[in-house]
Amino acid sequence: MLEGVKHVILVLSGKGGVGKSTVSTQLALTLKEKGFKVGLLDIDLCGPSVPYLLQLEGKDVHQTDGGWVPVYADNDQKLAVMSIGFLLNSRDSAVVWRGPKKTAMVKQFLTDVCWGDLDYLLIDTPPGTSDEHISVMEALKAVKCDGAIIVTTPQQVSIEDVRKEITFCKKTEIPVLGIIENMSGFVCPSCTECTNIFSKGGGEALAQLAQVPFLGVLPIDPRVGALLGKACVTELPDSPSAKTFNTIVQKIT
Amino acid sequence: MATSVEKAGSVPEHCPGTESANAGKASACAGCPNQQICASGPKGPDPGIQLVKERLEQVRNKILILSGKGGVGKSTVTALLGRSLAAADKERNVAVLDIDICGPSQPRVLGALNEQVHQSGSGWSPVYVDDNLSVMSIGFLLSSPDDAVIWRGPKKNGMIRQFLSEVDWGTLDYLLMDTPPGTSDEHLSASTYLSQAGLTGAVIVTTPQEVALLDVRKEIDFCRKVNIRILGVVENMSIFVCPCCKRLSEIFPAATGGAKKMCEDLKVPFLGSLPLDPTIARYCDEGRDFVGDLPNSPAVDALNGIVTRLVEMCDSKEE
Repeated sequence: MLEGVKHVILVLSGKGGVGKSTVSTQLALTLKEKGFKVGLLDIDLCGPSVPYLLQLEGKDVHQTDGGWVPVYADNDQKLAVMSIGFLLNSRDSAVVWRGPKKTAMVKQFLTDVCWGDLDYLLIDTPPGTSDEHISVMEALKAVKCDGAIIVTTPQQVSIEDVRKEITFCKKTEIPVLGIIENMSGFVCPSCTECTNIFSKGGGEALAQLAQVPFLGVLPIDPRVGALLGKACVTELPDSPSAKTFNTIVQKIT
Repeated sequence: MATSVEKAGSVPEHCPGTESANAGKASACAGCPNQQICASGPKGPDPGIQLVKERLEQVRNKILILSGKGGVGKSTVTALLGRSLAAADKERNVAVLDIDICGPSQPRVLGALNEQVHQSGSGWSPVYVDDNLSVMSIGFLLSSPDDAVIWRGPKKNGMIRQFLSEVDWGTLDYLLMDTPPGTSDEHLSASTYLSQAGLTGAVIVTTPQEVALLDVRKEIDFCRKVNIRILGVVENMSIFVCPCCKRLSEIFPAATGGAKKMCEDLKVPFLGSLPLDPTIARYCDEGRDFVGDLPNSPAVDALNGIVTRLVEMCDSKEE
């Protein structure tokens, strides 16, 4: 399983909608821009977002003797992507599965996809601490997993769920590579006044409390959400988000 | 309806269904990997369904708050709806049940952190945040905010069954059930257990951007598959008003027309939009009563409109 993969990194968050998928895709694109071969596996079975965020909707996964061939986001085949979104007939159809079926699917994603040689495999997860997470942790026991990046937004209600996720990592002995605080402040485009819509500093405070590294702050920037498959570091090189992505990648490589 | 839930996934064509007396014995079962489990498992509907029905007999409207996407404000909207329903009429009894087992937010949002649930002869007593507003959440059962509930489906299922069948709500006009994101165990369990108790319907919460709508369409598909009536869609975080220059910004841009367009496409009722107001986020973090403290804010205005339409939708079924 995952023989040719050098590093495996999980992207986790107890809370939903904090930007796990956006962070995962942008980290994958940033790593690719740095010249690495990257894989991105989306194990959010009930709400896969990666195909849309990389503009790969409607692409098909092919089956070969070696297993499922992932979808490549670029012509050089440096960014391989796998998601349940590629296996669904319609983008509107729901995957109404209970745990055991999700577990089987996650295992299949980890064992049956022929990723080839990869420098980094990023795994984007659904919110929570349940079936998908337990399955992926169990499956990864056999492989060397570098650790988990935890994404949060600054407000208390999100931090509270993320504390549970850190406990989960500790219980399952997955090292926490660090915390990213997303959606931290919005700069009004007309008056440049910064409003902390979801307050500020919660991620950093949490990192201190839990004694895990703090990786950086990403502001609310609607331009990043609209990038859809393009790397923030090349399209918006001067934006604060691009700087943060660069530092994060430096810290984890 | 329970069987339609069990068959919602991709089951073999002639599968008799797990609750059938023929489960595991029909000719179609030969060769099915689940044959043994089906043949040896208990037959008939889950006894929990009957217990839930009896327990919730005094509850007039049972509403699920759903969203395929996380972090769109299900818990915030649930709390605001609960507060608003309770504030509009003191005679009205409202309760909030948090079935998000892995990430319970209601204790914080409703300002009931560190409260305890008491057990009595008639079941668990919920926590009262107001005279006519009670709440139940797994958050009250955890000893520390760091405690993670690392459970697979069946255990979550058991907890939801207990919440639905063992909480002593008393007589209620509205029971709002806040759910986790997705279309999986919690949702299936809740809809199965409530199948005989008469679920009024579901309110679906979304934000305007396509990446959220994508998951929300799946949730609407789920509701249709398991026969849950959709009472309407609430669009949260729609517009942000800069507190300094009053300029409107779309933080989560509705590139594909937003929730309203989706409602038209999928023919589901649209209940209204809530603006993105940093004060709401702050009030939720502190567990304060946004509806009562800032009755003149545009968000509360919008909320009251949504509540009025929701009440109409609930009543229209009862006629």
